[in-house]
Amino acid sequence: MAETGRLKQAAVPAARLSPVTLLRAAIILALLAIWEFLSHSGWLYRDVVPSLLSIGRALVGLLTSPGYYFNLGVTLVEIGTALLVGGLLGLAVGILLGANRFLSKAFESYIYYLGPTPKIIFFPVMIMWFGVGPESKVALGTLSCFFPVALSVAAGMRSIDKVLIRVGNSFRASPWQMVLKIYLPAMRHPIINGIRLGLGVALIGTLLAETKLSNKGIGFLIINAYSTFDMPRMYANLFVLFVLAIGANALVGRLGGLDSIKRT
Amino acid sequence: MTARAASKLSSVGQFTAKTVGIGALVAFLLVAEILIQIDIINRFIVPPPSEIIGSFYRVITQERVLSRFLFTASECLTAGVMITAFGIAGGVLMHRFKLLQQACETWVAAMASAPVVLMYPLFMVIFGRNAWTIIMIGFIAALPPVILKTIEGIAGTRKVLVNVGRSFNLSPAQQFWKILFPAALPTIFVGLRLGLIFALINIVGVEFLINYGGLGQLIEDLAERYDLPGTYAAICFVILVSVLFFMALEKAERWLRPVD
Repeated sequence: MAETGRLKQAAVPAARLSPVTLLRAAIILALLAIWEFLSHSGWLYRDVVPSLLSIGRALVGLLTSPGYYFNLGVTLVEIGTALLVGGLLGLAVGILLGANRFLSKAFESYIYYLGPTPKIIFFPVMIMWFGVGPESKVALGTLSCFFPVALSVAAGMRSIDKVLIRVGNSFRASPWQMVLKIYLPAMRHPIINGIRLGLGVALIGTLLAETKLSNKGIGFLIINAYSTFDMPRMYANLFVLFVLAIGANALVGRLGGLDSIKRT
Repeated sequence: MTARAASKLSSVGQFTAKTVGIGALVAFLLVAEILIQIDIINRFIVPPPSEIIGSFYRVITQERVLSRFLFTASECLTAGVMITAFGIAGGVLMHRFKLLQQACETWVAAMASAPVVLMYPLFMVIFGRNAWTIIMIGFIAALPPVILKTIEGIAGTRKVLVNVGRSFNLSPAQQFWKILFPAALPTIFVGLRLGLIFALINIVGVEFLINYGGLGQLIEDLAERYDLPGTYAAICFVILVSVLFFMALEKAERWLRPVD
């Protein structure tokens, strides 16, 4: 009995599409139709808006070429390294600033105001320091990633329940134990949020640096497609990149959310 | 008395902390200067801070900094006007038509996390290598926070205010202009502040990347000439301008919501 009830419940939403889904589908279809119309209208310069078919063909070509995965790998390693280095530095500085009011008053305003400045303008300096290879891209990604993680962790440290800290102190935990057993578990949400923000800016920093000066990576593929005026390939590259970026962002956010559900 | 003493002590602590902060910065610059002067750090990679400070005047007087600043500021202003108009209108529209909000709010949020600035080659193809490419990237990157905060602001209007409007029998337009919009204004301004910050970051970044326009191009220009002290000075100048811009926006936001 119970089984049939559950089956019936599951079958209803699948059978009828909700108005929201219909509207979404209508918007997407309308946009695609406008795109296709523009590409055939001749109102814009040729190939500025290529037909969907040619973009699809470029997308398939992109995803089936081994060279693309090599470049994707290069970019992923760069972003991963930037996130690791910048994230760890941000975490350490954030814990230090969050735990010590004096240090926070002395230095946090610098990080707070430097945080939202455009980091790409440091690229000439990074090239001087780390060369034209992937290292300078990693450095720019690291620089971008450091600030949101540090600020988020510092704010998270200050919002930790004082009772938890007192529990740690009453167990006479060492500073290292305090970090591992009290601070980090209590701050998992600000840390994940910081990593989410850090991932976004590390990705932008690394890829922009690749478009400026490089010979491999996704940023290089995009600017290469632009300079050879291969528009379908450029759109395909941008499309895959956006899907990956939004997906990675959602994944990190989801992981953070799932973690909290399990623990509560 | 004790409270006053405590606040005096805390302000003394604040002053000491600020002094330590500035002192650490000065000490860092001094150490860097010494290390470069005794050739431990290569001066062709990191110029001495004294040279960078010295080249500030040169960069400001010889590189048309004022006109570049005005160029970037006008781009930011144009993008700012556009995000105000389209962002608030979009937010109001999405709040008015719930179905549209349900369908599109996640998309707008996803757009906020998307690396829009990476589309700059695409914008160069569409608009050409000119100010519109820069403005449009600033606009699109800055639009989502304004839309999202407008929806949040209107939806967060206190029930009692909405009921006051109802009891006066206001028309939907009056209800919007007299109740919802003024109540949402502080939250909308938070969105505008975020939007303007995003716009500035993207505008300066794209100026640097496509080597066109105001302050961003100044850095690229000096770096290409291998004028290292000038490049460092220009980077410091742009950072300073950005920081002053954020501070001004913050002050404006505090002025707008004095109660909080």
